[in-house]
Amino acid sequence: MQEQLAQLKAEVLEKIAAAQDLKQLNDVRVAYLGKKGPITDLLKGMGKLPQEERPKMGALVNETRAHVQDVLDARKVELEAAALDAQLASETIDVTLPGRTVKVGNHHPLTRIIEEIEDLFIGMGYSVEEGPEVEKDYYNFEALNLPKGHPARDMQDTFYISEEILMRTHTSPVQARTMEKAQGKPIRIICPGKVFRRDNDDATHSHQFNQIEGLVVGEDIAMSDLKGTLDLFAKKMFGEDREIRLRPSYFPFTEPSVEMDISCFKCGGEGCNVCKGTGWIEILGAGMVHPNVLEMAGYDPKKVTGFAFGMGPERIAMLKYGVDDIRHFYTNDVRFLEQFHRAED
Amino acid sequence: MLVSLKWLSQYVDISGLEPEELAEKITRSGIEVEAVNHLSKGLKKLQIGQIKEATPHPDSDHLNICQVDFGEEELAQIVCGAPNVAVGQKIVAVRPNGYVGGKKIKKGKLRGTVSMGMICSLQELGIDGKVVPKAYADGIYVVSDDVPVGADAIEVLGLDDVVLELGLTPNRADAMSMLGVAYEVAAILDQEIKLPDTTHATTAEKAADVMSVSVEDTTLNPMYAAKVVKNVKVAESPLWLQQYLMVSGIRPLNNIVDITNYILLEYGQPLHAFDYDQLATGEIVVRLAKEGEAITTLDEKERTLKATNLVITNGKKPVAVAGVMGGFDSEVTDATTTVVIESAYFDGLSVRYTSKDLGLRSEASARFEKGIDPNRVLPAAERAAQLMAELAGGDVLEGTVTVDELDKEPARVVVSPDFINNRLGMKISLNEMVSILKRLRFDVEPANGLLIIDAPTRRQDIKIEEDIVEEIARLYGYDEIPTTLPVAETVPGRLNRNQQVRRTIRHQLEEAGLYQALTYSLTSDALAQKYALETAPTTRLLMPMSEERSTLRQSVLPHLIESLVYNTSRQADAVALYEIGSVFLGQTAEGLPLEREHVALAMTGKWVENAWQGEHKQVDFFVLKGALEALFAKLNVAERITYVAAKVDGMHPGRTADILLDGERIGFLGQLHPQEQKNLGVKDTFAAEFNLAQVLAAEIAPLQYVAVPRFPSISRDIALVVERATTAASLEAIITAAGGKLLKAVHVFDVYEGEHMEAGKKSIAFSLTYFDPERTLTDEDVTAAHDNVVAALQEQGATLR
Repeated sequence: MQEQLAQLKAEVLEKIAAAQDLKQLNDVRVAYLGKKGPITDLLKGMGKLPQEERPKMGALVNETRAHVQDVLDARKVELEAAALDAQLASETIDVTLPGRTVKVGNHHPLTRIIEEIEDLFIGMGYSVEEGPEVEKDYYNFEALNLPKGHPARDMQDTFYISEEILMRTHTSPVQARTMEKAQGKPIRIICPGKVFRRDNDDATHSHQFNQIEGLVVGEDIAMSDLKGTLDLFAKKMFGEDREIRLRPSYFPFTEPSVEMDISCFKCGGEGCNVCKGTGWIEILGAGMVHPNVLEMAGYDPKKVTGFAFGMGPERIAMLKYGVDDIRHFYTNDVRFLEQFHRAED
Repeated sequence: MLVSLKWLSQYVDISGLEPEELAEKITRSGIEVEAVNHLSKGLKKLQIGQIKEATPHPDSDHLNICQVDFGEEELAQIVCGAPNVAVGQKIVAVRPNGYVGGKKIKKGKLRGTVSMGMICSLQELGIDGKVVPKAYADGIYVVSDDVPVGADAIEVLGLDDVVLELGLTPNRADAMSMLGVAYEVAAILDQEIKLPDTTHATTAEKAADVMSVSVEDTTLNPMYAAKVVKNVKVAESPLWLQQYLMVSGIRPLNNIVDITNYILLEYGQPLHAFDYDQLATGEIVVRLAKEGEAITTLDEKERTLKATNLVITNGKKPVAVAGVMGGFDSEVTDATTTVVIESAYFDGLSVRYTSKDLGLRSEASARFEKGIDPNRVLPAAERAAQLMAELAGGDVLEGTVTVDELDKEPARVVVSPDFINNRLGMKISLNEMVSILKRLRFDVEPANGLLIIDAPTRRQDIKIEEDIVEEIARLYGYDEIPTTLPVAETVPGRLNRNQQVRRTIRHQLEEAGLYQALTYSLTSDALAQKYALETAPTTRLLMPMSEERSTLRQSVLPHLIESLVYNTSRQADAVALYEIGSVFLGQTAEGLPLEREHVALAMTGKWVENAWQGEHKQVDFFVLKGALEALFAKLNVAERITYVAAKVDGMHPGRTADILLDGERIGFLGQLHPQEQKNLGVKDTFAAEFNLAQVLAAEIAPLQYVAVPRFPSISRDIALVVERATTAASLEAIITAAGGKLLKAVHVFDVYEGEHMEAGKKSIAFSLTYFDPERTLTDEDVTAAHDNVVAALQEQGATLR
């Protein structure tokens, strides 16, 4: 019986070693260590042995069985590792293939500029006011110190709908309406919107474009407040090291009136093609609200002052992104629009 | 306004300043210098020569071989193609290796003949063709006989000058004259100003002896001054005068007309010269025109006048349109011997309207419109008389015939230094303010802490205290203003609901893969109402620039689809655009059209595309609908939105749905009609438009947490065979009604129509989710509910599959 056990042991160890996968190994386990396997049979056959031999033989069988189990377990670990390796090998992908496309659109570049400016002024306590694209002559001109026949009306060639109704030429009528509604209370607003001028569309002109105007009305508002506000705006919008300069100008609705230049953000003021060699870029017009405008809106210009400014998002976008043709903003070529996808600081 | 620095330096000392430096100073203190033009730029080695011989070129029908004397030992041979070349002329030539227009001229051969340089026209010397005297417009320029040969032509022609191009704002009409600019420059540089001397001899005969002036409406024409100059010899002006006119943008004609233009430029006072004999009556009557009255103006065009147009007449018929243009019949010609000089003040608005009526703008009207200096009417007339005596040999009759009711008083402004400083946020001393105002030649008197200021009448723009604030600020320097921020109650700035929702929509639609587009509000009549959700009377421009941009749109889609087509016709294989924009409907009580904000979407082409994985999907109705559903979910109205099959003009009749909010139509979505697609040259294209105002008007419940389920839900599927026309929505309604309170969700998970189905039928499968927030459902609970659903469906004609 001892011999039979030794032979069995040799036989099973050989089969374990020969097993090439987990299934074969399991077959070996079932065949030799299972309830119907030869080792179990041996244990069952121990009853035929003499009483005194049984413990010794029993111990021997168990020892063999334990040894076989250990070898089998070790082989199982080996085969499992090999199987995993094989699985990983077969699952290997080409990680350089492109990922699944996520279709995402983006803001129009002008909206991008407008929202940036809106947010900047909202942070300074301004609210955003809007008004109709079709306006009354009164709000577009008369309430802004531009009576009928005023030579400065030529500065803004107008699409009229009737003698009294027109396509607004600037967003200033929103200011006039807001002041009228405020009934003498202080105001801090910015007004973005579409405006219209009688221009033939070409690389630098568009009969429809956008404007953003700002208005602050209250007691003791001074020109220095305007300058400080614009300085802050320029630095936030165009970079902390921007400088501004004011140049005298003329708008019928402000007095004094100025234009604001910023130091060129491309060359820093050295002179380049963006600033046409001057080091400065004209960004916006501004001024102290004309007393006639305040008065027409129901304010007492002796007690209340204000400042206003206005700029063109198209111009800012063209300068900032180097866009060379204003018509790009209205043809909606996807190859143009998609360039404004990336985030900016 | 073009300002010759040579000319300017007659009135104010600008020596020692580079033109660019001067330009910068002028710009920074109030008048923008748009360009600094060095006239001699690109010119070199230009000499005056005299043509001694000119023989036709043997191999050409227009070239002449000229022998030109430059005062050198030998004559120089120059081949010239100008038609007006002639022996004896003194001309301007560029010598070999010299430059014109920045181009080097070398010794060369023309048709085999050696040419040592080039004889020049004024255009070649950089003078604008529009202002070149007519005699030289098509050929070389000929200088007068007294110019020595060999002289430097750049000097002779006054091209050693620099011209500043001023961009004038409408308030600075004072700078539409050389004297005005001189005053400005004198103030900036703190320099003296030198006015022209207008003294001249006069005859014993008086102007009043030979003519009379009367004005019917002294509101429109408060001042009219006439002088008479006899025995003038009309001829070409001296070169310096022609040159000043040309660099200022005015074409020289003859000495008399040139003098009036010279003074228009010098004083900013428009003048007119009549031929006294052609005037015929010796009488000037200024009156309003008779309706329909005609006049032929200097440009030889007949004009019909309105009763509101002011005219100058000879007592019988109009001889000039006041302040706009003279008449052809009384113009100064070579035959003129006696001239009437008109120097007048016409009401700006009247001139503006007349000039608009006639579609005729002139140097004169531009000045009258903006307001001229009432105190220059007479000096300008004197100056003209003086120059006509000097340059045209005329005899000036004594005196001036005038009608004069013009207010020539300066505007008085009283302002306190505190007012000025408060407006600027500065602390400028009283003395500094006085000094600045004096530099501007304002009369200023400090009294009781106030500044009492009389602004010179040339500065018609100075009327109120704020105007003084600006004068002080611009000369003190805006750079000196400190930067502060408004001090006021802090109020939080924020977007209103409409503005926030608009931003939400943008982000949502962009996340869904659409790009934001911007299109025009103005469109053609034909497109104005296409796809409109609701039509109302359209709004049309009075004078559109083109039919394409003549009418305000009542829908956003036509332009958005135009943009889509723009892309597909440029090889874009997928286009998805949206726009949020206004449409314009009818008229409100205020007289303005109702402006309503719409949202429009347009999509076509590839949607899902993963080339190497073999996945392709084109945009279809449900891609578009999915984008809208996600948007409405974001706006929290999804559950109140329904879609109902609909017919919309221009849309596919079987693939279009109305979008309803709480049962009310707010828009539509669908595929463009195949015929429409064919016309546009696009493949299957899907579009939607809805009224944002209606969505914004919907009451939205505040966001409220609902308990996360603690018990499991149970799903059951039902596959049904129904008529093909049966809608998913109608089946869903039956299911929802029959499912009871345990039924929490229903969704379609399969639809099949095809060969395995009986004709006219389709299979549709739903997944139903049952759930009780209070307990774990048992199989019996669900079966009971589900049996109800099945029974209800069968009752409505559906069969279980």
